[in-house]
Amino acid sequence: MSTPPPPMPQSAAPDWQAAPNSPYPGYTSPIPVVRTHLGHALTSEWTKIKSVRSTMWTLGVFVLLVVGIGLLTGAVVASSDPDLGGESPLSLGFFGLLLGAMCIITLGVLTTASEYGTGMIRTTMVACPSRGRVLAAKALVFFLIAFVVTLVCATLIGFLHVAMLEGYNAKDPSGEEWLKGTVGVSLYLALLGTLSLAIGSVVRHSAGAITIMIGAVLAPLVIALFMFSSSLQDVQQALFEYSIPNQMSIFYANSLTESGPSGWDPLWIMLVVTGAALGGAFALLEKRDV
Amino acid sequence: MIELEGLTKRYGEKVAVNNLTFTVRPGIVTGFLGPNGAGKSTTMRMILGLDHPTAGDVRIDGTHYHRLKNPLTYIGALLEAKGVHPGRSAYNHLLCLAQSNGIPPRRVHEVLDAVGLTAVARKKAKGFSLGMGQRLGIAAALLGDPRILMFDEPVNGLDPEGIHWIRTLMKSLAAQGRTVFVSSHLMSEMALTADHLVVIGQGRLLADTSMADFIERNSRSYVRVRSPQRERLLDVLHGGGMTAAESGDGALEVDGSTAEAIGELAARHQLTLHELSPQQASLEEAFMQLTAESVEYHAHTGAGTPAPPQQQWGASWTKG
Repeated sequence: MSTPPPPMPQSAAPDWQAAPNSPYPGYTSPIPVVRTHLGHALTSEWTKIKSVRSTMWTLGVFVLLVVGIGLLTGAVVASSDPDLGGESPLSLGFFGLLLGAMCIITLGVLTTASEYGTGMIRTTMVACPSRGRVLAAKALVFFLIAFVVTLVCATLIGFLHVAMLEGYNAKDPSGEEWLKGTVGVSLYLALLGTLSLAIGSVVRHSAGAITIMIGAVLAPLVIALFMFSSSLQDVQQALFEYSIPNQMSIFYANSLTESGPSGWDPLWIMLVVTGAALGGAFALLEKRDV
Repeated sequence: MIELEGLTKRYGEKVAVNNLTFTVRPGIVTGFLGPNGAGKSTTMRMILGLDHPTAGDVRIDGTHYHRLKNPLTYIGALLEAKGVHPGRSAYNHLLCLAQSNGIPPRRVHEVLDAVGLTAVARKKAKGFSLGMGQRLGIAAALLGDPRILMFDEPVNGLDPEGIHWIRTLMKSLAAQGRTVFVSSHLMSEMALTADHLVVIGQGRLLADTSMADFIERNSRSYVRVRSPQRERLLDVLHGGGMTAAESGDGALEVDGSTAEAIGELAARHQLTLHELSPQQASLEEAFMQLTAESVEYHAHTGAGTPAPPQQQWGASWTKG
């Protein structure tokens, strides 16, 4: 109750030497001042993404799924169906990649949303007040990682399938089929992950954003399955054709449907959707408080 | 230097920060004081460009925060929420911050050493105690060797040794000519570290004064007197030109006199005294009175004479 006030240091501000070229007095650090740019943000995000275990887990499971399921389907087909009827063996890689997409989605969401869960986002934005730069750096680093990992897996499993099914009347894949089945589908998956990253930034909640993205992948197919009414046939057809699994299968030219997107169309569709989502995420990031 | 001009933040109907104007100067520790929920953290987040002000302006050395190209070398901040990914090691946490500002990686080792975390640099942050987490936050604030430092409730949850360390650190940073801005809801803590004081309550500025002035103006000294002959004592005191106030527990509080004068006066009139003790209202009480008045001012204007600070503070709680 009766704490005597402690002795006070004198309160007048001493006269500090002004820093050169600054009207504001105070301390001047010996550390050289650097004008930062996107490159700094990219190195920072690279350090971040490789220094958490969830990255290693999601990518590890992804590799296991793509290679494991790929080998399994290859082995099953090789042992039971000796005649592929001129089909491309590359198409067998689809199943592993479809399941692996869940890992890419998870990693994409975690790249942005986990920072909101931990409060790290405040530290990040204090260090780099240009919010667009943070989002761009995250998206670029993630896109490149997702693309490279998917490309390596898809190429590996492609070679394995071709080798396993040699002499089973399988088609020898053409150059374009190779390109679509490796680079094409890898770009598509990396974009799907980047879309998840944008959704993660908008929703700011890991579990919520992952649920939304998995729903976006599966819901159209499931809904379409139960559209028995003939008046809904057009809707059902569109849901089938533009569902993400069907878009992915187009890279192997074994679409569920004969009409709808073809060739490289899925890539352009995903590019536009992801671009729009990133734009929306950026606008919200600028507008909202962190 | 941090300059706030009419800074205001509204969340819907609620005004969290109301027209704040003050300047935080270099070379001294400026305490930012207010009860919980007064708007301290919101103000700090606006200074750092995390929250957009509804109105008003805040500048760091004359520049808006988002225009700073390498902000960590201008201003280092320890925010209330830890802001660390629990799965990342202390070293990697600081490294990614250093990289985003083009700070050489050797600085990471220097600040880890400065806060005493070198031994656990490669350990994940989730295994850190409250004190270690606070030290990591301070390491991040010091990373860019900034001219301005901001600490939001730095002593929260620290042990006495840690509290002493932070106090010494803040004073030495200010002595180097840096601007040090530290928030707290503990007046006693501020009295030990701050040279200047900014007090807010309900988002409004209540005081912007030097610590010495604040102490001089707000620390009331009085003498506590207790006597079985209470009525006579009151008359005698009155006759001697002293004003006595009831303290509520049967004792009297006499302002503007000394224990010696009161004792001699009582002896001359042969009064029995059971207690005669000089008292000084603590700064904590002065602070609570200041903030409680702002609460009362809003809640029910013109409600008689102010009650003793302790009761008023409690009352504002139950009514609030």
